[in-house]
Amino acid sequence: MTLRRAAVGLLPPLLFGVLFVALWQLFVRVEDIRTFVLPAPSDIWTAFGDQHARIVTAAGHSGLNALVGLLGGVIAGVLLAALASRLPILGGAITPIVAGLAAMPIVALAPLLNNMYSPLSTLPRREVVAISAFVPVFFNVLRGLSQLSPVHRELMQSYASTQTDVLRVIRIPNALPHFFTGLRIASSLAVIAAVVSEYFGGLQNGLGSRITSSVGASNYPAAWASVLGAVALGLIFYVGALLLERVVLGSQAAPAT
Amino acid sequence: MSQPVGRWLARAALVGVALVALGAIWEAYKDWGPTDGVKLFGTRVLPRTTDASMPHLSRIWHAFGDPEVGGAITFGPSKTVFDSVFDSAVHTLRWAAAGFAIGVLVGMLLALLMDRLAVFERALMPYVVLSQTVPLIALAPLVTKWGQGWDFWDRWMSVAVIAAYLAFFPVAVGMVRGLKSPTAVHADYFRCSAASWWHTLVRLKLPASVPFLVPSLRLAAAGAVVGTIVAEISTGLEGGIGRLIITYSQQATGDPSRVYAAVIGAAALGLTALLAIAAFDLALWRYHRGATTR
Amino acid sequence: MTEPETSPGPAPAPAVHLRGVGKTFAARRGTVVALEEIDLTIGSGEFVSLIGPSGCGKSTLLRIVADLLPPTTGEVAVNGKPARRARLDQDYGIAFQQAGLLDWRTVQANIELPLELHGVDRAKRRARAGELIELVGLSEFARHRPPQLSGGMQQRVAIARSLAESPALLLMDEPFGALDEMTRERMQNELVRIAGETGAAVVFVTHSIPEAVFLSDRVIVMSARPGRISDVVAVDLGPRTDDTREAPAFYAAITQVREALRGRPVPATADVVADVEKARRNAAEGAL
Repeated sequence: MTLRRAAVGLLPPLLFGVLFVALWQLFVRVEDIRTFVLPAPSDIWTAFGDQHARIVTAAGHSGLNALVGLLGGVIAGVLLAALASRLPILGGAITPIVAGLAAMPIVALAPLLNNMYSPLSTLPRREVVAISAFVPVFFNVLRGLSQLSPVHRELMQSYASTQTDVLRVIRIPNALPHFFTGLRIASSLAVIAAVVSEYFGGLQNGLGSRITSSVGASNYPAAWASVLGAVALGLIFYVGALLLERVVLGSQAAPAT
Repeated sequence: MSQPVGRWLARAALVGVALVALGAIWEAYKDWGPTDGVKLFGTRVLPRTTDASMPHLSRIWHAFGDPEVGGAITFGPSKTVFDSVFDSAVHTLRWAAAGFAIGVLVGMLLALLMDRLAVFERALMPYVVLSQTVPLIALAPLVTKWGQGWDFWDRWMSVAVIAAYLAFFPVAVGMVRGLKSPTAVHADYFRCSAASWWHTLVRLKLPASVPFLVPSLRLAAAGAVVGTIVAEISTGLEGGIGRLIITYSQQATGDPSRVYAAVIGAAALGLTALLAIAAFDLALWRYHRGATTR
Repeated sequence: MTEPETSPGPAPAPAVHLRGVGKTFAARRGTVVALEEIDLTIGSGEFVSLIGPSGCGKSTLLRIVADLLPPTTGEVAVNGKPARRARLDQDYGIAFQQAGLLDWRTVQANIELPLELHGVDRAKRRARAGELIELVGLSEFARHRPPQLSGGMQQRVAIARSLAESPALLLMDEPFGALDEMTRERMQNELVRIAGETGAAVVFVTHSIPEAVFLSDRVIVMSARPGRISDVVAVDLGPRTDDTREAPAFYAAITQVREALRGRPVPATADVVADVEKARRNAAEGAL
């Protein structure tokens, strides 16, 4: 039953996807668009086949950067959100600063970090990833930890329970779905930051530099193939976060952002 | 609407104190931290503290007043670094605004389409979500070539396209949710009054979606700014703050303070965009409904 | 069948004793008097409803008894102890209009919550929750989670949870307020039975006159601005059954409460002490 319903649900997007790629192919061939403007999907696919060893290696570097940075950002986000919810003064000081950080182009920090460590260090890119991932995790966890419905507050008060009990029994379970919402956003941002931060210099061994060097060599289908690799990497991270969420929360649905 | 001024001041003071504390940590580490940074298992985990890696905050401050071409003989009134940062930030802001406008328009149209026809929502929504989970912004270097066949096409338009791409998503998602937000009671009332689709849209659905739209616009504005800066760099477009960051970091061999100045300019740009949305939000306060905003 | 709870020690102190209780809230300009000069004694095992217009302070009064709010003036004793002591000793159980269940816990785990917080060991917790689930008729749903249950079922879980520590006093703030009329009547029947079986005194806040009359030994009628006890209506309907709802005496009592709410003189109110005595007898009969 559910399998069938899932199949029916998948049908419109699948049809749309196939249609889109087919039209793209047709458009490029019929209008005779040159590859530096827009290569045909078939050209990109061929380039992907030719280049796949390089793309996979580069994706490995970018993926590792994204993963390490993501972990760091998530840990920092959770810890700071916990502190901010526990100490209102700290929260009042940090929250506006993080909100400001969210409005900033964080990838633009890459040149500064490259300079602070060394252009040959892997750390700057990972820090850019970590800062990017930190923001949504911090806000979502903070929101989850701060929500305490009046009923639950009065109930716990009637049980003469301590703040630690309230944290353990209500706030943390309450914050879990919010945490996963943050993680989902962070995992996407992590891959984007890992790829894009290479455009700002520093060590050039990931997907970002594969794209720029292919463009530099006028090999446009190869550049698109690397973008395809980046898309795949992004999907892996997103689906990974989604699976983790399903496993931990079970049927309990996450709130919308 | 009338927030006690005292509380506002207290909050601002708190943030000020936090910023001063961060600055103090920076200076303390620079003065007393090990010159070569802190290494853990052979990897440097804390930065070097030389002037070439971490300038004093005062140095960054003064960098704004430096003449643009350091040390060279200049003719006439020389341009300072501040002037350059300001000018290029204004350029970037213009491109970002163009991208933002396109993105918001496209996002709204998509949302209306998805709200009107369920099939569209089912077919498109996964891609709309997918488009952001995936680093398609990596396409930026490739977009440069677009529109080269057209006379009216300028390089900055490619940049605006990338900015629009990052801006449309939150608008589309937030607006779909907003258009669906009127309660069954409202919807039934409009149906009973035999209101047309257009009337229902204008009188009910659009006003109801305002509280959902404002946070979306905030995200879209931030996205447009980031998109513009990244696109400038990867398309090699001159004149914007993104390009300026790269130019300064290539010039900076011994003194990175200008790079900091440019990055601060970029940060100020992001905040400006945020403030513009906040002002817009205040103008629309009439449409806010109690707890549904979040 | 569950055993009735053992009644509290010898010479039971009144479940609730309020003297000169008043409550003022700070408002934007000046203060608002929510409650004034409340004197009320509720006997052990007695079922008392608080009824009155919105803003008469009945929920505030309940929260003062629960020590969730401090009174501005006056004394509050629960089970012969200061209210704070009674809260720390878990002398009362409480249920609100919203069930307030934890969505991520099963029905069983929700009922176990207060026991778990107070360090009761796992086996005892499980056994007690099992009894209570049976008492509220949810045996088949022990492993379900709240979002899977109807509103009425969720409210039953909340009531079972409030009974977990066998309190001598149950505080209920419009617990059936969000339920439809049919479910509501069924829940009222259940509550009468449960109160009888456990022998707990109940303070029940409600907006519904028939509900107050059906459930209570005494209906405390309150008036607003400032919140005061304007009248006390004793209800003597014997053991409640579905037939009670159609008895002339039931309607008579409803009329009496309604008149009291309108502020008309009511036929001579009986002496409060006699009422308590009568109520106790009723409660004893009801338990059999």
